[in-house]
Amino acid sequence: MRYLVRRGIMLLLTLWSAITLNFLLPRLMPGNPAEVMLAKFKGKGNMSPQAIHAIKVMLGLNNESLWQQYLQYWHEIFHWNFGVSYTYFPFSVTHEIAQALPWTLVLIGVTTVMSFVIGTGLGIAAAWKRGSLLDSSVTSIFTFTSSFPYFWFALICIFLLGFETTVFPNSGGFAATMNPGFNMAFIGSAVYHSILPAFTILVSSLGGWQLQMRNNMIAALNEDYVVLARAKGLPERTLAILYAARNAILPNMTSFAMSLGFVVSGAILVELVFSYPGMGNLLYSAVSNEDFPLMQGIFLMIVVCVVLANFAADVINVFLDPRVRRGGGEA
Amino acid sequence: MTSVLGVLKPFWKNKLARTGVIIVGIIVLMAIFAPLITPYSPNNSSFAPMLTPSAHHWLGTTQAGQDVYSQLIWGARQSLYVGFAAGIASTIVGLVIGLIAGYAPGIVDDVLSYLINVFLVIPGLPLMIILAAYAPVHGSLLIIFVITVTGWAWGARVLRSQVTTLRSRDYVAAARFAGDSMWRIIFREIMPNMISLVAAGFLGAAVSAILAAAGLEFLGLGDPSINSWGTMLYWAENSGALLQGQWAWLFAPGFLIAVLGTALVLINFAVDEMANPRLRKKG
Repeated sequence: MRYLVRRGIMLLLTLWSAITLNFLLPRLMPGNPAEVMLAKFKGKGNMSPQAIHAIKVMLGLNNESLWQQYLQYWHEIFHWNFGVSYTYFPFSVTHEIAQALPWTLVLIGVTTVMSFVIGTGLGIAAAWKRGSLLDSSVTSIFTFTSSFPYFWFALICIFLLGFETTVFPNSGGFAATMNPGFNMAFIGSAVYHSILPAFTILVSSLGGWQLQMRNNMIAALNEDYVVLARAKGLPERTLAILYAARNAILPNMTSFAMSLGFVVSGAILVELVFSYPGMGNLLYSAVSNEDFPLMQGIFLMIVVCVVLANFAADVINVFLDPRVRRGGGEA
Repeated sequence: MTSVLGVLKPFWKNKLARTGVIIVGIIVLMAIFAPLITPYSPNNSSFAPMLTPSAHHWLGTTQAGQDVYSQLIWGARQSLYVGFAAGIASTIVGLVIGLIAGYAPGIVDDVLSYLINVFLVIPGLPLMIILAAYAPVHGSLLIIFVITVTGWAWGARVLRSQVTTLRSRDYVAAARFAGDSMWRIIFREIMPNMISLVAAGFLGAAVSAILAAAGLEFLGLGDPSINSWGTMLYWAENSGALLQGQWAWLFAPGFLIAVLGTALVLINFAVDEMANPRLRKKG
């Protein structure tokens, strides 16, 4: 319990510093990007005074002391008001995020879970049959694929499967002729468009899980309690799954919970290459158009999700690992 | 001299690590002798643009009429430079903060650990992109800077926990009773026992720095006039290399990034085995 309270305090502190960092960044950067931004906004014309005020507050242009700006900034955040997007004017930042988020959550969420399950499974198998053909081939292939630049592999896939042979569509989240809606044809099209991005993400992320699990598992197989269990004559399968893997997976669970938090940020580069309508692409268009309100909003969203996922990982660990419960948390 | 060879021996004895050392060696030689092994200057734009591979231009030409093969070889310099500089910088920051946090008791440790945790949790790529986007000038130094800012925390955490276990060892206590200063104990007594951890941290940081730099340059957040593997991919993507069937221009830079990254990971296998004897093959 004391451990959870400590982690809870840590959670709040981290949230506070991340949000404050988000506040400070555009204000501390040289060249005053915010001034430029506001001038661009005024060029758009027909903006309500409230909208201009919100932008000024978020970017710190209303000639008030830093402290007052900071208070107002928190006020806007609690009202879920991140200002108006410059690129997608007159839509609000919140609106744009709400549009992009589901795409990313489904694509990256599903691939993250798949990658974790398959990678961990292969890691267990490789460590258990250590030195076998399976181990050496799987481990060396994954060492190579995990050094791939994600986006490069995506480009190669598009080239081979989208241009040379048109097996899969090469961009977008659904067929351009369709209107988004909750019907079979649309969902089918969305799934069809997601296969290639999902495949590239899987290939480049599987390796990390496999290599980490293999290392943990090798360490666990050498523990005294596993040696004892083997001496007792327990079957190898019981030994590998119920004894070694159960403990070896604990550090991976933490990374997994964190990577679920990272889902929100999307696979920025892959989404860009495929023009996939998710968060990563939105962040890219915000960056390339110097759309600071949108950048701030997305970054805030990402950070909050990752911090919460990290806290969830700590909580899960308390239930899974009695050592954490008793140790009081040597973080 | 013998001691230097002794340190290097594990890298040669381990088959995987040996492969890694050889590959990195080839890429470094390629970067050093770039002027000798390329037929043209990477910036010479006097050729016809968008040519597909031929005897004159092994990997074709770019949209601006530069020779892709020459750019590829010269690009090794920039990618190695950014990768290693950012790797070294984040290792040093991580090392100093990790050592101090691990050794200093109480409030110093609390504050530094908190800082480490915050930077561990904030997602790297988005923060890098945001930092680079706000910056007024784009160039290699900026890329090295943002990678360092976002990348030091992993090493710091690992080293901090190692120091906390070493701190209570007898030889450290002896040094303390002998009146050695905190800095001397940290850098002369504790640090030599963590060389393998530091090396592993450096190699890992270099791999992610090379990948991150390529990603940032691909997004156009680097200096597009610099010749590196990441900017090559940026130009290839933005001038429709895919549509024009210029597979070599697209394939080669990314492939070399992957090969360099793999080689560093392979070297890391040997370091891992030094740090963690359990991973060594039996017998």
